[in-house]
Amino acid sequence: MSSTNTNPSQEHHLRRIVVIWVALSVVCDLLYWIFIGPHVPPGRMTSTATANQFDFNVLMVIALPVMIGVWEWLAFAALMWNSKRADMPESVGGPAAAGNRRTEVSWIVVTTVVVLFLAVYGTIELYSGAGSGSGEGPNPILQPAGAMKAETAALSGSGSWAPYTNAVLPVQVIAQQWKFTYRYPTFGGFESPYLILPVNTEIAFNVTSLDVIHSFWAYQLEVKADANPLQNNVAFTKTGQLGTFEVRCSELCGIWHGAMFNKGKVLSESAFMAWATSTESKNAANTKLLPPFAWSYVPDANGAAGGFYPDGNVTPYSPVEIYGSKQPS
Amino acid sequence: MTQGGRLGTVLGLFLVAVGLVVWAVYGLLGPGVPGGVVDFTTTQSAGQPVNLTVQTVGAIGFGSHPTWVSYLVKDPKSGKWLHTTTWKLPANTVVHMTIDQYDSGSPLRNQEWGQVMGTPGNTATLNGKSFKVYDSNSGGGVGHTFTIPTLNVSIPLISVVGTPCGQAPCHFNSPHNIESFSFKTPGPGTYNWQCFVPCGLGYLFGNGGPMSTQNYMGGELEVVN
Repeated sequence: MSSTNTNPSQEHHLRRIVVIWVALSVVCDLLYWIFIGPHVPPGRMTSTATANQFDFNVLMVIALPVMIGVWEWLAFAALMWNSKRADMPESVGGPAAAGNRRTEVSWIVVTTVVVLFLAVYGTIELYSGAGSGSGEGPNPILQPAGAMKAETAALSGSGSWAPYTNAVLPVQVIAQQWKFTYRYPTFGGFESPYLILPVNTEIAFNVTSLDVIHSFWAYQLEVKADANPLQNNVAFTKTGQLGTFEVRCSELCGIWHGAMFNKGKVLSESAFMAWATSTESKNAANTKLLPPFAWSYVPDANGAAGGFYPDGNVTPYSPVEIYGSKQPS
Repeated sequence: MTQGGRLGTVLGLFLVAVGLVVWAVYGLLGPGVPGGVVDFTTTQSAGQPVNLTVQTVGAIGFGSHPTWVSYLVKDPKSGKWLHTTTWKLPANTVVHMTIDQYDSGSPLRNQEWGQVMGTPGNTATLNGKSFKVYDSNSGGGVGHTFTIPTLNVSIPLISVVGTPCGQAPCHFNSPHNIESFSFKTPGPGTYNWQCFVPCGLGYLFGNGGPMSTQNYMGGELEVVN
């Protein structure tokens, strides 16, 4: 038996589905945007965290109608196109099984538009967010204004930072099994186990490792960059809220990987300045024993009692500094 | 093979497979504490400081890895040296720690660990003399550190001069340094501690072997109420 689908009520199904779908989508999207969106991790502590939260919410606002559409279609099919109902067309075969060009084209166009929009949107967000808090390698192409100047000055030892100047603050993240330590080149290059940052400040994280591969992940800051030995991996973010955040290693790095975390703080600019200058003074005796500030450091075979270099105790000359060991003459 | 035999074989293999899975899961989730736990919570009155004495040796001299560097701890009850690095301590209590350091050293990979951190005044004593920072490029360098990363407590253990003791437990007739310091335990929880000198001889970056095996160059503080 063939069905010609001439029942006028069948033609109303699509209209009904669309009306219900639009209404449900608008309601759900608004409810999500107003009540859930502002609380979505990672919060709004930095520019990259804020952008990340916004992006996630945009994706959810796009995804919710898709999900609602699929569920609605399933529910509609189960209830309205149930074969037990009277006047239902043949479920298999017939003209309906031959396809519907308009439906197929609509599906392809809609899904293509969604995917292309997401690709373009993601790329724009990556660019406008100066890398969106991800590690960009040693020569970042996406960087905030003033970053290059601040980084160059930091390496030459002439960098400085002062509150309320909108200056970029370079901070070096040094990973080692199994703890992160932090070096502040604009404050004499002191090193500290504490990560303290000023608010409303563009931060340039320079991430490196003294041994194996680690990954610096400051979740609430929305910064994540691999820490590789002999490499500088730069990531940017701008702090926007006072508070405490957590740093974790997100690259399995050995027995105490799970314990490789610490808390950090975003302070007011003046409070940060007070902390940095007092720590610079307090650590002065040890800072002068550290190697000159460099983007990366050669793991010291002397300290390792053999291991990195096959000959165990000979440290070859390197254009980069050798961390914590005597420089070859 | 009879049907009963086949059934028995299948059942036997199934039981073996289940046993292996249970064993693997148990091994992963409940590794226990190698060497046991030394309890410091019952040896002093409530609120009184805990005295904790340990020694570092260049080669443990016994067990499955006799050449590995290791820590030992003095049992607070018997006074014997024990090869375990998991110590139970009371919460919110001052710990007076003495480390008999018997090992040689080298420059630090990161001089950050050459400074004393997390003790009153960020000081420790080395053979009775107070110090805050040790230049690891001087003398024999630093042998090990005692570091509790999450508490930011760290003390460099200075290299001995002369031929180090090669058989644990070591005694004062071998070259040694005595370092002492104090720190306060936090609230209840488990806090790992480790050496930050990559002293795993022959392993990549020096961080394998004893550095990556509990009961040698790292352990845990089980802090309880």
